[in-house]
Amino acid sequence: MKLHRIAALLSRHLYLYKRSFPRVLEIVYWPFVDLLIWGFITLYLAQFKAALPNFVLFFLGALILWDVLFRAQQGITISFLEEIWSRNLMNLFASPLTTGEFLAATMILSMSKVLAVSCVTVLAALAFYSFNIFVLGVSLIPFVLNLVIAGWCIGVLTTGLIMRYGQEVEVLAWGMVFLFQPISCVFYPLSVLPDWLQAIARLNPATHVFEGMRAVITAGAFPAHELAWAVGLNLLFHMMFAACKDKGLLVRVGE
Amino acid sequence: MKSSLSPFSADPIVQVRNLTKRFGDFTAVDGVSFDIRQGEILGLLGPNGAGKTTTIQMLLGLITPTAGEISMFGLPFDRHREEILGRVNFSSTYVSMPQALTVEENLRVIAKLYGMDRVTARIDDIVKRLEMEEFRTKITRKLSSGQMTRLSLAKAFLTEPKVLFLDEPTASLDPDIAHKTRALIKEIRRSTGLTVLYTSHNMREMEEMSDRIIFLQRGRIVAEGTAAAIKAVYGETDLEDVFLKLARATPPGVKHP
Repeated sequence: MKLHRIAALLSRHLYLYKRSFPRVLEIVYWPFVDLLIWGFITLYLAQFKAALPNFVLFFLGALILWDVLFRAQQGITISFLEEIWSRNLMNLFASPLTTGEFLAATMILSMSKVLAVSCVTVLAALAFYSFNIFVLGVSLIPFVLNLVIAGWCIGVLTTGLIMRYGQEVEVLAWGMVFLFQPISCVFYPLSVLPDWLQAIARLNPATHVFEGMRAVITAGAFPAHELAWAVGLNLLFHMMFAACKDKGLLVRVGE
Repeated sequence: MKSSLSPFSADPIVQVRNLTKRFGDFTAVDGVSFDIRQGEILGLLGPNGAGKTTTIQMLLGLITPTAGEISMFGLPFDRHREEILGRVNFSSTYVSMPQALTVEENLRVIAKLYGMDRVTARIDDIVKRLEMEEFRTKITRKLSSGQMTRLSLAKAFLTEPKVLFLDEPTASLDPDIAHKTRALIKEIRRSTGLTVLYTSHNMREMEEMSDRIIFLQRGRIVAEGTAAAIKAVYGETDLEDVFLKLARATPPGVKHP
């Protein structure tokens, strides 16, 4: 793993942001608009909340954390698509760059995006709804890390599919994470799902993060059990991707 | 036409043995073996679909061979990929570079990728040699095809490779720039001992540039030698006539109707 090669890829993407207004919008404007729309809906629904305490906290917290997952996945997949769009993959993979370095660079980019987007959503939630995500306390850190890793896993999976099946599955870059949304239990508890779907949802690391978030808000307790599940599943996913890489499935571009 | 005798050594710097690539039932490259000696320019000739680009892509590690062995600098490619690719580069008409970056930004990224030092000085030098000053700060998307080809060549020369794969490097250049580019390749070869694998559909260019030529057809080597020797074998005075004869020949095992 050579740092100069990772730095080269990072600079390649940072150059893009210098003169691309749509790319800046993606970080600043769209997450802000998301939060604004869903925040006002939440405030409206909260007027009828009598039977559901902490409604606003559940919803806004979930929204901010969902954005972490979404942006982490996008950070990986869009960086890869940028290389496809500019027909640059051959320049990269005919250089000494390794798959590990390529993934490391996209993960750093993804993390930077998550941080930038989170600043926007956290500050907007505070300014518009007096909602402080830090009410989740120290558990926020492992929650966010788990979501970032889950986002990376989905991002790498999507990238692998695009590599394997070509640009015809490119649309997955935007849609893949939403395939996981119904079983991530972002805006509702796991218990509302039918039993058979609950069994599937439990295999998703993100489910345990959102369940954990609700546990903190409701009981104020640190959800060690949920966190252990999320970390364990993420490790399993990570091992699966390492096996994929070993078999060369990640670089079989266009074959 | 032929350039003066090259200073290449007898040691092969690239060795290819029984290289084969199958895509399902289709065999793109079929048991190809050849050497390229240090400082030599080897021309790879053949009609469209003959397996030239697939061969180069296997030599660059972009496609995994179905069978066969590749070694460069005495090292097997499959076990020394990073080390080998650090000393190799390529230029192809069919490969682009990030469109939203300027020419200079693209070159800087490539220099970083290969861990080059004195990046600005190297870029200054290659930009001057390829006459790219006027579009150095231009966004890549706005380059003409000839300028894009020069950027691709600059990217290849910037990293000071020991082995260079050039896939139709002058395809979209005007005669003046194409001539200067060929002169630059020969000059760099003379001063650094650069080894080159060269493809082109321009027969005069192939004859001018190549110390030796390999002719591929349907993934197999069907002729090999200097341009003069190949012309003599096929009783032609023009390499283009040899090309037509070989390209239109009935492949072994196929009977005329």
